Amino acid sequence: MTEEPLVRWDWIARNWANGGPTAISALLENHVVMAFLPVLFGLVVALPLGLACVRWRWLYQPTVALMNVTYSLPSLVLFSIFLSITGLTRSTVVIPLTFFALAVLIPAVVDGLASVPDPVRQSAVAMGFRPVRRLLRVELPVAVPVVLAGLRVATVSSISLVSVGALIGQGGLGNLFIDGWQRQFYTPIVVGIVLIVVLAVLADGLLVLAQRLLTPWSRARRTA
Amino acid sequence: MITFEDVTKRYRDGTVAVDDLSMEVPTGAITVFVGPSGCGKTTSLRMINRMIDATSGRITLDGQDVREIDPATLRRGIGYVIQQAGLFPHRKIVDNVATVPYLLGWNKKKARARAMELLELVGLDPGLARRYPFQLSGGQQQRVGVARALAADPPVLLMDEPFSAVDPIVRASLQDELLRLQSELRKTIVFVTHDIDEAVKLGDTVAVLRVGGRLAQMAGPATLLTEPADDFVREFLGRDRGIRRLSFISAKEVRLSPAPSDLETDENGGPLGWRTADGLAAYGTFNPETDSLRVALDAALLSPNGTAVAVDEEGRVRGVAGRDAIDELLAEYAPPAAGPARGGASGSGGGSSSGAGDSEGAPA
Ligand SMILES: Nc1ncnc2c1ncn2[C@@H]1O[C@H](COP(=O)(O)OP(=O)(O)OP(=O)(O)O)[C@@H](O)[C@H]1O
Ligand SMILES: [Mg+2]
Repeated sequence: MTEEPLVRWDWIARNWANGGPTAISALLENHVVMAFLPVLFGLVVALPLGLACVRWRWLYQPTVALMNVTYSLPSLVLFSIFLSITGLTRSTVVIPLTFFALAVLIPAVVDGLASVPDPVRQSAVAMGFRPVRRLLRVELPVAVPVVLAGLRVATVSSISLVSVGALIGQGGLGNLFIDGWQRQFYTPIVVGIVLIVVLAVLADGLLVLAQRLLTPWSRARRTA
Repeated sequence: MITFEDVTKRYRDGTVAVDDLSMEVPTGAITVFVGPSGCGKTTSLRMINRMIDATSGRITLDGQDVREIDPATLRRGIGYVIQQAGLFPHRKIVDNVATVPYLLGWNKKKARARAMELLELVGLDPGLARRYPFQLSGGQQQRVGVARALAADPPVLLMDEPFSAVDPIVRASLQDELLRLQSELRKTIVFVTHDIDEAVKLGDTVAVLRVGGRLAQMAGPATLLTEPADDFVREFLGRDRGIRRLSFISAKEVRLSPAPSDLETDENGGPLGWRTADGLAAYGTFNPETDSLRVALDAALLSPNGTAVAVDEEGRVRGVAGRDAIDELLAEYAPPAAGPARGGASGSGGGSSSGAGDSEGAPA
């Protein structure tokens, strides 16, 4: 009897798209959705919240403190809290991950707006921009590089954190780890790790590309 | 015309930045606010376009209280240039310059065409239009800042130390450029600086402020140099006031004599030098039409015989002016003899900062 290989290609071929919910492609799709929804929700919430923190400075410290406490909780604890509310659904994973994303994105929005040089803000005022237009046309665009840097961190950590959801059966590719450990069968584990890494690298690369397209003025500054 | 009527600005922490300031800023001329750091120059300037609101008193623009005008509307009609240029880093140069036209709702094509005109007006290569601000030198950025402030052709221009962040050579060329622009555009310019030389060079009127935001003196640069109101202004003006004042006297009135035969000229009538036993000696020239008495005096001092060579635009010799001719004009522009406290203070001790004391006393 030959020794068990690290990767059994035939298993991958059989399970890539077997039509069932445990097919690798289905898990991958799940993983992508569950990793990106929190970042998306996070961004949608962090923008107004970050703006509010800039407008009313006293809000910032308590908000960041709250987010950091959430961030410091082991994800498992957060999952179990939501388990009692939302049950064995995707929400139980997506909601806590949204909080994690917020912990990164709110400071990113606040730091981004703080990165707008004072003379730029002042000359916008002096040129006759009204507040809303100044925010949309000057301050937010200038804040984009810092916000995007935060978005990259949030995205990559979200992609890796989704796997923990496997403990309640909602972990996307993380389910492959549980399957593998339970059967002492390494192929699913390797497939899971490789796909998660590829996903993270791909997402990060896309964001870098987006940054280059959105802010040609900031990329050039770094190389200048 | 911009007027300050008993304007006071007290910040929330109690600092009085401007104290009961009253003055008139004339239309179509450059008025310079000058004074030591913290004397309230920026505060005064920003009260004009309402980036800061006065605590009491009022500021009017062509008779209308600025507080009755919507701030954004007011500001779109007033150009503003700051020290660090403050260009929008995410916008190309052409769009930076077109900022106010865009705000005023011009269409993109018209706004950009206007921006290109302005780049040319301030002496920038139109090829820079497609660049981003970080791709420009500090001096170029400042020029873009001026172009941006002028884009919608506002009658009023506020400039807060616009040239103090660039090196002296670039600064001098930006100053010359501003004077050239102003001779074409005739804007009402309020220019803030802490550099008295810049103030005297650019200002049609110079307002000297003292710490606490009080007006120490407001006068034309030549008057300021000869008749400082008090010790603070005298101290602030620094040394060489007498010599510096000559920059404001035209050399047009210098009495010219025909060129003597020992002035060697080339076939076009341009000067070559003074003939001496050892060959040709150095000479100095001035153009009576465009130069100041200071240049004429300088030219006289450069020649071994103390005679300045007057030339026309093409550099042809038109005559010469000896030291006696220059001295006649100097006497004509001697400051008024009746200057009680002033004469006393500067007469004592050559080491005091009022170094021009002797030249004040001598011709009297
Ligand atoms: N927002 C503020 N709150 C409190 N005090 C202020 C504020 N802004 C300025 N001041 C104070 O008001 C005074 C005048 O300030 P201002 O900026 O007008 O001076 P300035 O003449 O422009 O000085 P500088 O040449 O250094 O630019 C200073 O004492 C300054 O500390
Ligand atoms: Mg200032």
